[in-house]
Amino acid sequence: MLLSFLAVTAIAMVMLRDMFAVVMLFGIFSLLTASLFLELDAVDVALTEAAVGAGIATVLMLATLALTARRTKNARRRAMLPLLVVSITGAALIYGTLDMPRHGDAAAPAHRHVAPRYIKDAPRETGIPNMVTSVLASYRGYDTLGEVAVIFTAGVGVMVLLGASTRRRKKKGKKP
Amino acid sequence: MKHHLVLRVIAKLLIPFILLFALYVQFHGEYSPGGGFQAGIIFGAGFILYALIFGLEMARSVAPPGIVRVLAATGYLLFGGVGVASLLLGGRYLDYSVLADDPVHGQHIGILLIELGVGITVAAVMVTIFFAFAGRGRL
Repeated sequence: MLLSFLAVTAIAMVMLRDMFAVVMLFGIFSLLTASLFLELDAVDVALTEAAVGAGIATVLMLATLALTARRTKNARRRAMLPLLVVSITGAALIYGTLDMPRHGDAAAPAHRHVAPRYIKDAPRETGIPNMVTSVLASYRGYDTLGEVAVIFTAGVGVMVLLGASTRRRKKKGKKP
Repeated sequence: MKHHLVLRVIAKLLIPFILLFALYVQFHGEYSPGGGFQAGIIFGAGFILYALIFGLEMARSVAPPGIVRVLAATGYLLFGGVGVASLLLGGRYLDYSVLADDPVHGQHIGILLIELGVGITVAAVMVTIFFAFAGRGRL
């Protein structure tokens, strides 16, 4: 059900020419994805997806729209090569999913590597009931440090590209 | 933006709760879903809502961009600093068990601190990116 909603939203986004509507649909797409994560019991990921995808990304894309054009140019070219590439990639990905273990399969490789140790020992070793937090912050502290580095770098990159500090153009940034 | 009365009133009602919820997600992340990243995003989103409703000038006076930028670096340094602290106390990098006498207690302190660092950085970077986008043009 949710997946069909996702598919419908994606197709509508491809068909529409009005970028504003596309951005709104993108927000809806993110919210649907968040519901999907919730359905899979990945509450932390769902929270992130709802806040980032439906919230901040939408606002940032609206800001981008305000800087650029609202409508796409009508490119009435039959794009056969991209269609071919996308079809082949999609077929390969679907072929790849055939090998994956069923959802919730206890014998799946992901559930047999380090997960049992985390589930068994995390509450005792860290004293923290939420295992996601203890894995992210403690066992995988290096990875989380790397993620923060990525976010920080993204912020620095935007500042360098868009010049947040050099040009303080006050009085100009307001809608009439 | 005098005429958006409904928006202004509702936003004024909602924003404190959004920020409070962000703090809840931040500091209750050990027991319930959430953590530094989600909290930072929610805090940043609440602030961006404020900037959207009350204008960029007001938002800039509440949170000067320079301070926000310093905060972004502070959170990251806090994260790295916890790692260095655990090194100095004789453990491995980011091994929180040495931060207190009791390893479990040390883990608590370490996780709380690094989640705080993550939250500060994420919120500050989100606000910075929004300022950079919105400050450029007609938003």
